[in-house]
Amino acid sequence: MNTAAGSPVPKMTARNVNVFYGQKQAIKDVSIDVSREHVTAFIGPSGCGKSTFLRCLNRMNDTVDGARVEGRIELDGQDIYASVMDVVQLRARVGMVFQKPNPFPKSIYENVAYGPRLHGLARSRADMDEIVESALRRAGLWDEVKDRLGESGTAMSGGQQQRLCIARAIAVDPEVILMDEPCSALDPIATARIEELIDELRGRYAIVIVTHNMQQAARVSQKTAFFHLGTLVEYDDTSAIFTNPKATRTKDYITGRYG
Amino acid sequence: MASMSDSRPPKAERQPTDWTTAAMQRRIAARYRGERNFRRLGAAALVIAAGFLAFLLFTIVRDGASGFLRTEARIDVTFDATTLGVDPAAIAGPNGKAVLARADYPGLLLKAAEQLGPAEGTLSDAAWLDLRAALLADPSLLGKRATLWVPVRSQIDLLAKGKYDLAAPADSRGVSDREVANWRWLDSRGLLRTGFNSAFLTGADSTEPELAGIGGAALGSLLTVLVTIAIAFPLGVLSAVWLEEFAPRGRIADIIELSINNLAAVPSIIFGLLGLAFFLNFAGMPRSAPLVGGITLALMIMPVIVIASRVAIKAVPPSIRDAALGIGASPIQVVFHHVLPLALPGIMTGTIIGVARALGETAPLLLIGMRAFVTDVPQGFTQPATVLPMQVFLWSDDVQRGFVEKTSAAIIVLLVVLIAMNSLAIYLRNRFERRW
Amino acid sequence: MAENAAHTVKSFDEDIAQLRAVITRMGGLCETQIADAVDALVARNVEAAARVVEQDKRMDALETEAEALALRIIALRAPLADDLREVVAAMKIAGVMERIGDYAKNIAKRTPVVAQSQPIGPAVIVPEMARAVIEIIRDTLDAFVDRDAEKALAILQRDQQVDEYYNSLFRALLTFMMENPNTITPSTHLLFVAKNLERIGDHATSVAEMVHFTATGQRPAERPKTDSTSSVYTPH
Repeated sequence: MNTAAGSPVPKMTARNVNVFYGQKQAIKDVSIDVSREHVTAFIGPSGCGKSTFLRCLNRMNDTVDGARVEGRIELDGQDIYASVMDVVQLRARVGMVFQKPNPFPKSIYENVAYGPRLHGLARSRADMDEIVESALRRAGLWDEVKDRLGESGTAMSGGQQQRLCIARAIAVDPEVILMDEPCSALDPIATARIEELIDELRGRYAIVIVTHNMQQAARVSQKTAFFHLGTLVEYDDTSAIFTNPKATRTKDYITGRYG
Repeated sequence: MASMSDSRPPKAERQPTDWTTAAMQRRIAARYRGERNFRRLGAAALVIAAGFLAFLLFTIVRDGASGFLRTEARIDVTFDATTLGVDPAAIAGPNGKAVLARADYPGLLLKAAEQLGPAEGTLSDAAWLDLRAALLADPSLLGKRATLWVPVRSQIDLLAKGKYDLAAPADSRGVSDREVANWRWLDSRGLLRTGFNSAFLTGADSTEPELAGIGGAALGSLLTVLVTIAIAFPLGVLSAVWLEEFAPRGRIADIIELSINNLAAVPSIIFGLLGLAFFLNFAGMPRSAPLVGGITLALMIMPVIVIASRVAIKAVPPSIRDAALGIGASPIQVVFHHVLPLALPGIMTGTIIGVARALGETAPLLLIGMRAFVTDVPQGFTQPATVLPMQVFLWSDDVQRGFVEKTSAAIIVLLVVLIAMNSLAIYLRNRFERRW
Repeated sequence: MAENAAHTVKSFDEDIAQLRAVITRMGGLCETQIADAVDALVARNVEAAARVVEQDKRMDALETEAEALALRIIALRAPLADDLREVVAAMKIAGVMERIGDYAKNIAKRTPVVAQSQPIGPAVIVPEMARAVIEIIRDTLDAFVDRDAEKALAILQRDQQVDEYYNSLFRALLTFMMENPNTITPSTHLLFVAKNLERIGDHATSVAEMVHFTATGQRPAERPKTDSTSSVYTPH
């Protein structure tokens, strides 16, 4: 399977990527381009490898024992699995938001300031305040939390926690944001706020979102990739995927015919 | 369109369950009865356990409470320079204090004891120490007459506390008629008083029960435990961190894990043998020293700390690690910024439980010589010392009647220390416990 | 076209089957309405024509039902891909069928006027033309039921046939009216009947286009328009 017509300037490109967990092959020969202009959605049934592939894009699979990645994944033309690539820096450039909101059990301020502090992005206390405020603003959370920055991040509602996690990710000013089912633990209103936020962040960051919710993929993304049994079955404009998919497997999945 | 009707041949239908039949009601009643009985059984077990504990505490407190008290006799002492064998001029000199300290106080005591008439032999051998202390505290007393309370011999002390059954025949009550007469003589003249024995808490061991103190053993325990914590805590926690976070999964890790779990179950006496063979005989470290005892105990409790720390580290949600890694923290930063702070309450609880075990341990210390008779409060980590449970052991072995109450009193001190440590553990856990 | 696998949620399949049944019933009703209207016209049977007008109410009711069903499926099932195309097409087809029904009713309504005047020669083409139109509708519905894109594509060519009928009838009636001005009234009505049938043919082919789109997701290429009467000039 090859990529569909890509966008003019791909931010990240993957070519012939294979991922193994021990003997088991989780990803088979996936090639895909991700651009900054679009939100890219990965859909597919559970265990199809979409999350695994997502975690290859910032080398989060490195932490899994026995995981092996073959093929080439590039960020701005630079091989991210090359020995010269610093994983710590890569993960700052390719941020990640997880399925379950996972703020640190620290204050709201500290949650957002953690990344910039780690990478030494703030020159002074005032500078840090500014970074925290702008990250919270971009995450649409500032007005809700500006009077209680000292409160614990874990005391907020689930939706707020997830937006805090997004703020934490964008505080280090990444180029790509990977989202692994960011709304699966949230109610519809909180989900809608996250989707709106994703739409606002589009263009500034290349966003890749894994979701089980096809309506969500349809709502937030411009490009959709359908994964099945570790292969990339179809990658096309979201509107094409949802109105007129080319592959039968895609059609059966999105119309609810796949078991 | 695929056909909707996927009808199978009809099977014999089960009757719908009737929830109101007598048999069903009986089953429900039996279930509730079973649960009630189980609850009662649990409560009964708790009552029995609490009863044993209460009995233990009751007997110890009954026997040990009087161990904190001491009987003293009142004597009038004339601090006569001649009797003391000192030159008043020398006292005024630059070395006055030293001259005073070297004076003949036992002689002074003998002289002063004469006033007790028939009971002159009832004062403790070491009572002269009190005379010296009084004069050193106030040198102006020299040549003057003062009234002092000094400790009496153990038998008189026990008689005053009513520990002997005076109605029993003389040969089985454990105290001679003469002692009883002496006590009666003193008591009838109002020369005796029984009060709090501060020397018991501050002093060290002695062959005389009325002079023996627990302070030396307590300090020995403290020094030993400090060494234990200083060695076992960092080693245990770092081992746990490495095993949980960095160790490659595989055969070697499994063997290490198995070894640690086995080590936690090794009898403590084995660690004592190791300490004897390695630290004393091979490394040539001093006998009876808190340093060696501490190292030996550290070896003993390290597996406990490793296991407790691993559990605590494992309990830190992986999502927190993911969050930190995902933002660009290095594995070491993840451990020190997130995992350890979150695991700390559990690690501390495990450590304090381990330390409490070390505090109550005697077997390994027997082998490295910490059962020595030490009459001085230990001055350092390499000085001979003993520890609280060892002191309890030594006193319980002593033939003198006066040590019975001392043994129980020492147990009370040990229990208080242990309860304090456990309370600290609970406090720390609640203080640092975080929710996520 | 391969048969689709069943949906995991069975009631979804049932909903779609129900919607298809309504559309099929509308199609069947269209066929009988057109046939009955043309028969009444040819037989000059005013009562039969009145029955056709009466029957049109059923058509309206079916359209309402189809629309309600389609809306419910969209709201509750959130159909995607071919399901979505099918539901949307069904809703549009229901609307077109209703229009076809209106044309049949219009033909029936002209029966009393035509019945009062002399029978005119070119009228014999009308039943033939009606037959051709009915065939188109029937085949379109078959294609819809079978999701058969090939069949739908073939139907698109057949609209030409209807147009040709209309062209010849148009010319015939024009000549007829020029020769006998007192037949202008029935001829004009007949012309409208023919126009109605020609419109029905157009609508039926647009349904075929929808069927093709439902099955393939592709719009068929622009079809030839052969109704040339708009450019017919009659010299006096």
